[in-house]
Amino acid sequence: MADAATLLEVRDIARRFGSVVALRAATLTVRAGEVHALMGANGAGKSTLVKMLTGVIRPDAGSIQIRGTPRQFRSPAEARGAGLVSVYQDPALVPDLTIAQNLRLARAAPEVVRRWLAQFGFAALDFATVVRTLPLPTLRLIDLARALAAEPDILLLDEITAALPADLAQHVFAVARQWRAQGRSVIFISHRLAEISALCDRATVLRDGVTVGVVDPAQGGEERIVALMLGAPPEQPAAAGIAAAAAPAGPPALRVEGLRSGEKLRDVSFSLAAGEVLGVAALEGQGQEELFDCLAGLRRPDGGSILADGMAQRFRHPADAIRAGMVLVPADRVQALLPQRSVQENIALPLVRRLADWGALPIRAERARVADAVRRLNIDTRAAAEVRRLSGGNQQKVVIARWLAAGFRTLLCFDPTRGIDIGTKRQIYALVRELAAAGAAVLLFTSELPEIALACDRVVVLFGGRVVQELPAAQADEATLLRAAHGLASREGMAA
Amino acid sequence: MTRLAGFLRDRSILVLALLLAALVGVIAVIRPGTVTPDWLANTLLFAAPLGLLAGGETLLLLTGGIDLSIAAVATGAAYLLSSNTAAIGTPAALLLGLALGALIGLLNGVGVAVFRVQPLVMTLGTGLMTEGAMVVYSQKIIGEEQRIPAAIVTLGSGKLAGVVPVDLFLWLPVAALLLLGLRRTGLGRLLYAVGDNQAACRLAGIRVWRVLLAAYLACGLLAALAGIVLVGITNAADLSLANVYLLPAIAAAIIGGTSIFGGRGGYGGTIVGALFLTVLDSLLTLLDAPEPIKQILYGSIILLLAATYTRLTD
Repeated sequence: MADAATLLEVRDIARRFGSVVALRAATLTVRAGEVHALMGANGAGKSTLVKMLTGVIRPDAGSIQIRGTPRQFRSPAEARGAGLVSVYQDPALVPDLTIAQNLRLARAAPEVVRRWLAQFGFAALDFATVVRTLPLPTLRLIDLARALAAEPDILLLDEITAALPADLAQHVFAVARQWRAQGRSVIFISHRLAEISALCDRATVLRDGVTVGVVDPAQGGEERIVALMLGAPPEQPAAAGIAAAAAPAGPPALRVEGLRSGEKLRDVSFSLAAGEVLGVAALEGQGQEELFDCLAGLRRPDGGSILADGMAQRFRHPADAIRAGMVLVPADRVQALLPQRSVQENIALPLVRRLADWGALPIRAERARVADAVRRLNIDTRAAAEVRRLSGGNQQKVVIARWLAAGFRTLLCFDPTRGIDIGTKRQIYALVRELAAAGAAVLLFTSELPEIALACDRVVVLFGGRVVQELPAAQADEATLLRAAHGLASREGMAA
Repeated sequence: MTRLAGFLRDRSILVLALLLAALVGVIAVIRPGTVTPDWLANTLLFAAPLGLLAGGETLLLLTGGIDLSIAAVATGAAYLLSSNTAAIGTPAALLLGLALGALIGLLNGVGVAVFRVQPLVMTLGTGLMTEGAMVVYSQKIIGEEQRIPAAIVTLGSGKLAGVVPVDLFLWLPVAALLLLGLRRTGLGRLLYAVGDNQAACRLAGIRVWRVLLAAYLACGLLAALAGIVLVGITNAADLSLANVYLLPAIAAAIIGGTSIFGGRGGYGGTIVGALFLTVLDSLLTLLDAPEPIKQILYGSIILLLAATYTRLTD
């Protein structure tokens, strides 16, 4: 395998954490001048591999060679010295420091970082800004610019596009292509197959800590990647047929009229029927977060009205929204879970929300309800003692299972599949359809536009805090949505 | 190493119980004849007030909070009891003592839960206020009769059939209530939940302030109760009665496996922790070491245990 052009060769690397084997025998060969995808379901070992390549953790066995020389990294600094730099899954910036202070901390040259940020369209960014006040996509691009300033031979991007809207993700792709053109390499991790097939030269697929194949993602390789990741023949996309089927009927479960809040949410109206899945499409920061927060009782609107089953609502606390049957599944699972508590306690959490529930727990009834939700969602409960030990996809299922156990009328899903592997993603969409079929109303925001057509009946597009377009899912192809989300009137939409 | 850590983590109470047994063994070896049923009874007797104080502290640590006012509250409750018994009778004086606990507990709860004051700051403040108020009060009533009701003396120092300490009959039911309450009630579940992730609780429709208020109230009441037992043991209420118990109460919970960051632990470990510290104290007394040396040893052993535990579990 190793030839002159091989930049990085990882052979049979293994690592276990206690009794959990994260990597069994992972192999990865990256050539010079290549964008190489690293694929795998949640828990397959991608992040562990990245951390070993950048010296954060050390392998138990196996070897890492760079240009044919065996290397062992004891720290990220050593890995950086060897030309390996990573942008991790979560922002690696100290929230209470300014951008400038963060750069000094990482010994990154501010002028180089500024040049990269200018290329990403952030020329005006003030480096004296405290990091905490910046939106997530901006943080991700600062992370990227900081990594690029180190001029790495091998750049590792661990799900950087998960938190980026489509327009900003383009900058990441441009950088990857530039790196390839310069004969350097990029290791690219993403759950979005479209990105992989458009950008990457080869894809290494991990399953259960073992490399199960190297695929060319371009020539119809997508389905093969999915097959390798799942270890079984790929199912058909969950909702393709179902979405078009159910024509919504009945009184609106949720009606929003002229809702506004703060600077971002200006004037949003729509109605959502029981049994319907309404998609919300928007670029970053178009008021969608404020909309969901208002509907979930986390934020008070400045004006407009929310009607649940025809009754006007005024939520002062999420408890009020839950009482009206409206429940939220947030994008950030960490925000919704009790990391140190069991799956059982996490799912049963809303069941003890009222003062009347403070007494003796109905243990048996609760266990039955939880078991039922676990079964319906197919949650892997091997690490059930502490939710923080579950994979991201399973954690998200726990959040949804909580509301299945507690009961609801309208499910508010805010980017529920962010950073979740394709297999789990399909399960979640299938479940959303199933819930709707059983009479629930679902409001679904997703940052991945192709998913809209897959899971929704209708879609509203937000731009500048207003609904700029409403489409049936059948017409909501990516191009149309993108145009509308950028505030451009879509000819197809107008004709419809 | 990781396997050992995992083992210890799952059985931290067992490990501490073994250490406790070892400590008793050391006493039996260096001072033969010391470990008798009578010594055992005395150890339990002295452990009870510490166990009560540490119980309240456990509830708060589970929520990610802490209460530094418990010593002042315990002292204040004992002082109110002894200085009012003569005038208003035992039951009313008892209620007065408990009311102080409820009042300071509520005050702490409102400060932490509603006004979002840091628990450390809030309870340090109310502790100092209580202490000061008690000094003022003691100067006002100077010359009045101090009397500790006979029933309280019996509660604090009596032994049933000469063996079983009477205060166990208070501590055991409270312990059972805490153990069961934490495991089998909605409020118990919520204490862990709030300590683990307040934002998640809010999302799940839980009004976090109510849970915190209940926890601080319970801790204040338990502190007052501990003070009442304590004054029965010493048979004299002075204004520094419970001061030495503040840090051991927190330490008992921590070495018993309750995380100061909230969300993990329980009262079972705290009970063993309280017994451990009581036996340690009695061992150091037996060694006839001067008081400062005793304090240094006591402090370093607690530090060592707490540090080891934290390293093993996180």
